[in-house]
Amino acid sequence: MPEHRHDGAEAPRVAVRKTHKLYIGGAFPRSESGRSYPVASADGEHLANAGMASRKDARDAVAAARKAFPGWAGRTAYNRGQILYRAAEMMEGRRAQFTAELSAATGAGRPEAEREVSAAIDRWVYYAGWTDKAAQVLGGSNPVSGPYDNRSAPEPTGVVGVLAPQEAPLLGLVSVLAPVIAMGNTAVLVASERAPLPAVALAEVLATSDLPGGVANILTGRTAELAPPLAAHADVNALDLAGAGESAADLEEAAAETLKRVLRPDPAVEWEADPGLSRIRPFLETKTVWHPVGT
Amino acid sequence: MSSEDRPPAPEGGNGAGGADGAPGDGGASAAGGGVSATGGGTSMSTSRKGSRLDGQPLEYAPAPESRSVVRLREAYDPFIDGEFAPAKSGEHLTTANPADEEPLAQVAVCGEADVDRAMAAARRAYDTVWRDLPGAERGKYLFRIARILQERAREIAVLETLDNGKPIKETRDFDVPMAAAHFFYHAGWADKLAYAGMGPDPRPVGVCAQVVPWNFPLLMLAWKIAPALAAGNTAVLKPAETTPLSALLFAEVCQEAELPPGVVNIVTGDGETGRLLVSHPGADKVAFTGSTEVGRGIARTLAGTGKRLTLELGGKGANIVYDDAALDQAVEGVVNGVFFNQGHVCCAGSRLLVQESVAEEFLDRLRARMALLRLGDPLDKNTDIGAVNSAAQLERIRALAETGRAEGAEAWSPPCPLPERGHWFPPTVFTGVTQAHRVAREEIFGPVLSVLTFRTPEEAVAKANNTPYGLSAGVWTEKGSRMLWTAERLRAGVVWSNTFNRFDPASPFGGYKESGYGREGGRHGLEAYLA
Repeated sequence: MPEHRHDGAEAPRVAVRKTHKLYIGGAFPRSESGRSYPVASADGEHLANAGMASRKDARDAVAAARKAFPGWAGRTAYNRGQILYRAAEMMEGRRAQFTAELSAATGAGRPEAEREVSAAIDRWVYYAGWTDKAAQVLGGSNPVSGPYDNRSAPEPTGVVGVLAPQEAPLLGLVSVLAPVIAMGNTAVLVASERAPLPAVALAEVLATSDLPGGVANILTGRTAELAPPLAAHADVNALDLAGAGESAADLEEAAAETLKRVLRPDPAVEWEADPGLSRIRPFLETKTVWHPVGT
Repeated sequence: MSSEDRPPAPEGGNGAGGADGAPGDGGASAAGGGVSATGGGTSMSTSRKGSRLDGQPLEYAPAPESRSVVRLREAYDPFIDGEFAPAKSGEHLTTANPADEEPLAQVAVCGEADVDRAMAAARRAYDTVWRDLPGAERGKYLFRIARILQERAREIAVLETLDNGKPIKETRDFDVPMAAAHFFYHAGWADKLAYAGMGPDPRPVGVCAQVVPWNFPLLMLAWKIAPALAAGNTAVLKPAETTPLSALLFAEVCQEAELPPGVVNIVTGDGETGRLLVSHPGADKVAFTGSTEVGRGIARTLAGTGKRLTLELGGKGANIVYDDAALDQAVEGVVNGVFFNQGHVCCAGSRLLVQESVAEEFLDRLRARMALLRLGDPLDKNTDIGAVNSAAQLERIRALAETGRAEGAEAWSPPCPLPERGHWFPPTVFTGVTQAHRVAREEIFGPVLSVLTFRTPEEAVAKANNTPYGLSAGVWTEKGSRMLWTAERLRAGVVWSNTFNRFDPASPFGGYKESGYGREGGRHGLEAYLA
């Protein structure tokens, strides 16, 4: 029963705002640095303070991703597919929130934002379907000249550092994260610096999708601060530089020290287009197993 | 096998390990430590049945392959635009036979102007001839090359052994036939690229700058040039400083095949020549096989250029022997795994992980088998272990082996007289090795095996994966489910189960982690050369 002011009128309810935190190891910590940064809408209005992750947070996220890797890679492809599909289900239930946040972040009109949210949800469904098919498409048996069974199959490369595109803060975000984790990699993702709030909302979706903690870790903050430690980290196996901008070449050079697999940014990328295997293949290793055949 | 096929490559695995629930008695081999494999292929064994029945080893008479089949020139020019012409640099190096340190020939050290000229020739050939040649016709050139390599097999094998120091048994039965097979395999891809899984209309990348190492000089050339040409690219290749001769002979093969000028160019030289080549602005794609250190440098150089890069680098392969393995076959595989090609193999099984319960018995058998290895004249057809390729490499092997002793591991080598001249290192096994020892962590690239033990499969996998490398691994067990469980968890690009060091043009090869990226061979290997 609402309380009444002395004049008898109903008091306006004070909304409960969300603290926008990081997503590391399945938990939602603040940055260990205690920092945050203001996030503004497309027209300059203050929306929220987002966590400003530190290099230490990035290292913690890598440790969480490494810990989660064997378990996630060891899940059946069917199971991973169901979990990705579950993420689509959870997003569908939060359409209104995603549409509003996207609209605020990019200034897109409602129909346009709706379309992008739909595309982002559908992208989870798309990759959910790839989990148990990519190995058949990319692997196979090799007809070697001798009495051997010889097969090649793709395996996840490990921990992948992902710089989400600075534009397309939702569709681009899902488009870079889903293919990485679909095949059993674990990810440390740095959200769009200017528009990080959809990534925070996505973390909440993932946390309720049966995705094991640590499989996807999402950091908000300064890309220029978080990308170099990821590029240089010896326990990161690959980098997606989609959101690297001007620093892509420097990051690639840093990644060379530990021979990371690097997906370079494509300036002509169209996030709406059918991605096929273009973002799956770079984060897979081909393993070939031989065995003699005989009696 | 008919003469159409490359020689068989028999080995120690008997194939019995594939059946789940097979009796795991580990006693599948004949008692008495007899060697179960026969020679040929990559196997180092030769039949020695009854050789020690009375404690008197039968002596082998020398069986040297004649070197008269090879006609060495005094000096070799680089091969650019279809012709051998003097290098503008005017510099030369001497390549020598590592088995006796006798000079073999003078070879050009190509400088900037030479690399420029080679890259320009490759570009011209790409733009005017090769790119637009119908795939079926491109393929026919590769078929021709494969056939000429087969026809001149004896000559090439002897030349390779002279320049490299590896046993003639290996060049004759492995390096040369496998190189021919790579061209034959890729020839057939040239008009079928649309079916390679890279999309309906795959295009060549352009001009490829390729640098290969000294351990398999001709074979590594084949791994680089065959897929590049099949996919419609042209190539400039630099052979290793210490083993340039087979690449220059290959250039003659290209002439004989009437390959259009500029499609293949061979620039010889040292590390600086290689650096000029891989950093050349005219290269669309760079492919390198060699050390991880140099690979890192190339990756740094190409950062931000948008150029394609594949790297096949170092390794520290683990060979896991479970207690139910067929022990003699495993011994044979471990010996082949680390002593094949004097251990100058990036995918060598240089770490033995043997289950504690059988470790003692296994090591006894291993030592007995190592005592039968014949080290000496690489041209002798009975030689198992040839010369180390260079004085510098020998020094590296010695220095790392010394750290093994200094860090407390115990070294053992069979009684093994070393020739007085040339570069030699005896087959060596280190026991009492921990994961922290340098001999367990660093690539030695020599005939040195480090032995560690384990109790559980989980421990075996954890130890095997405890390395920044990830090129190869081996697993020996008669239990199929355990083999598959282990193979699934090994973070390595190639897993040999109940066998080791098998190679085939149809089988993709390449590493995880700091062993590099990209694959060579098979459908997967084409990806590096298609856009």
